[in-house]
Amino acid sequence: MSHIAIHVESLGKRYRIGGRARYLTMRDRLTNAMTAPVRWFGSNGANGSDAGPRHIWALRNVSFDMHEGEVLGLIGRNGAGKTTLLKILSRVTQPTEGSAEIRGRVGSLLEVGTGFHPELTGRENTYLNGAILGMGKKEIERKFDDIVAFAEVADFIDTPLKHYSTGMQMRLAFAVAAHFEPQILLVDEVLAVGDLAFQKKCLGKMGEVAHAGRTIVFVSHQMNQIRRLCEKVIWMDGGTIRQAGPTAEIVGAYEAAMTSGTASNDADRGEKVHFLNWEILQPRSESAHMLTSFGPVKIRFIVQVNQPVQRGHHGVALFNMDRQLMWAWAKDDVRLEPGIHSFTYTFPTLPLRPGAYAWQVSLWEDKELLELWDCLPEMNIATKVFQHPRDEWNGVLNVPCDFTIRNAEEAPIAAKSSF
Amino acid sequence: MAATQIQMATVAQTREFPVVHIAARRGWLALDLAELWAYRELLYFFVWRDIKVRYKQTVIGAAWAVLQPVMTMLVFSLFFGKLAKIPSQGLPYPIFYYCALLPWMYFATAMQGATNIVVDQQRVITKIYFPRVVLPIASVLSGLLDFAISFAVLLGMMVYYRIVPTSAVIWLPVFTLLAVLTALGVGLWLSALNALYRDVRYVLPFLVQFWMFASPVAYPSSLVPEKWRWLYGLNPMAGVIEGFRWALTGHGQPPGMLMAASSAAVVLLVLSGLVYYHAVEGTMADVV
Repeated sequence: MSHIAIHVESLGKRYRIGGRARYLTMRDRLTNAMTAPVRWFGSNGANGSDAGPRHIWALRNVSFDMHEGEVLGLIGRNGAGKTTLLKILSRVTQPTEGSAEIRGRVGSLLEVGTGFHPELTGRENTYLNGAILGMGKKEIERKFDDIVAFAEVADFIDTPLKHYSTGMQMRLAFAVAAHFEPQILLVDEVLAVGDLAFQKKCLGKMGEVAHAGRTIVFVSHQMNQIRRLCEKVIWMDGGTIRQAGPTAEIVGAYEAAMTSGTASNDADRGEKVHFLNWEILQPRSESAHMLTSFGPVKIRFIVQVNQPVQRGHHGVALFNMDRQLMWAWAKDDVRLEPGIHSFTYTFPTLPLRPGAYAWQVSLWEDKELLELWDCLPEMNIATKVFQHPRDEWNGVLNVPCDFTIRNAEEAPIAAKSSF
Repeated sequence: MAATQIQMATVAQTREFPVVHIAARRGWLALDLAELWAYRELLYFFVWRDIKVRYKQTVIGAAWAVLQPVMTMLVFSLFFGKLAKIPSQGLPYPIFYYCALLPWMYFATAMQGATNIVVDQQRVITKIYFPRVVLPIASVLSGLLDFAISFAVLLGMMVYYRIVPTSAVIWLPVFTLLAVLTALGVGLWLSALNALYRDVRYVLPFLVQFWMFASPVAYPSSLVPEKWRWLYGLNPMAGVIEGFRWALTGHGQPPGMLMAASSAAVVLLVLSGLVYYHAVEGTMADVV
């Protein structure tokens, strides 16, 4: 039986409407004070019941215990309170009510590269960022060579950061973060960026950390990461804990809820027709939403039709995580009888860079939108990377290719890379 | 629940882990010196970054630290000295003005830096915990390098004008400390206010100008009537600047009454600044 590392008791955090209340001007404050002098003195305490319409609880009644050495995943939609919880545990902000007790040296990674300064060199930024994360000068000195090697920026370490490519900056930031070894680590969705090969390297490093018996709280939207790293999962919804327990069980319940539309944001979805779920039929991999190889891809969307559709119009679109349109297509004259239908697309291959993508499917009738679904979960592409070695030459597509050089007089002399 | 507590009590005995208790903070003044000490390396790195970054991509670099007070000294000597004939306690005008500009320029830059640092560092504040008071402290300390550089120029000037410091010079560190504390006190107040109300940054340039005229930079404090001297001394920079002139040159009177009032004002300023900063600190990441 290991010791309790984190003890959280009825934690709550109240914000002004609009999320993070932007700064007020002095005049606003004065006006407030004039119109409500009582409130001015009264209610900044924790007696939360008086939360007026101008406040929302980003987090409420959250309690749990974590043992030393456990790896806990926090999942939930955007705005479910995951980051707020992490911010309170890392002491960036104070809770409005409740309390938490943490036993051990805490380190938080709500972001990588915090405090990076473009004018400073890679070396200087490594020291600065390390110190901000909570590493001592000696500790950084000791790990410095490893960090630089991990980031693969040795040649540029004494160049100002502003001359780095985005990819290099990211790698350095990750490298510092990956060598940070507190007893308790709080990680927000920092691994969602960067190219896949490097992501894997970081995940590998994090896996090492997890197996080294360190306590970790890990926020992610990528269920494959959660499955790989976490033993227990807390599913947050609307600022409270919706479900907590072993990873497989909770992630399964969460994914089911997301795809079957019981998630609260799906309440206003179409009545006449309703998309139920989507999956990759071919090739089959460990997840129905992940693509790990090139070659023909078959994708199926399941739609439930409640009333007949006569002059239907169906659209499909694929976005990347920056909401850039990758591809779209549409079909007119769609007729659908009530019942469950499947829309299946077959592609010779999907030459996309590794990362997360979102499908969007829609059904219209006579210019009236019947249903528009931003498909959940996202599609994860984890194929081999065919890209130029330099980041600035990395394109939108990831096109597998063969390359040969042929001497006109002889047989082929080189054949490089195949898939 | 009771079981949990017992278990945790056992843990506390068996393992030497730091325990962090998180709750809505109450109470007035909690300058946790132990915690501040634990974060001394971060303080060092913030000071180091401030200094490193300050003159990057400037052509003449740290020469700016000298150029600014020297140019101001020349302008003052010409207009306030030669033309307006303001009394200078028998000192050559360049020395008279430079002795005052030295602490004043330090104070003005340190105070402005400290005021803006919370807003400038908002990315860091919203992502990582550290005692927030580290920020204004770092800002105030990093200004000392420029101060030291421009001080070297003063030494040169004193040699040129053949002014030998009297034994009063041992008080110089005290006056310097007072200037640092004044900048810190104002910085605590204004940086916390600035996090809440961006009006502060518009008020700041005006405040600096106003404050300079309320301090004996361009004139000796002996121009202020004796009976009002104590009131004048409530401006801590009045005590600091007169103190600098006296400690460095031995001219003028030891600023007794003025000094007492200034010291009291500084203590009040820093303490109240800490209280206010502490009150804002807890939710700084939410509002900044």
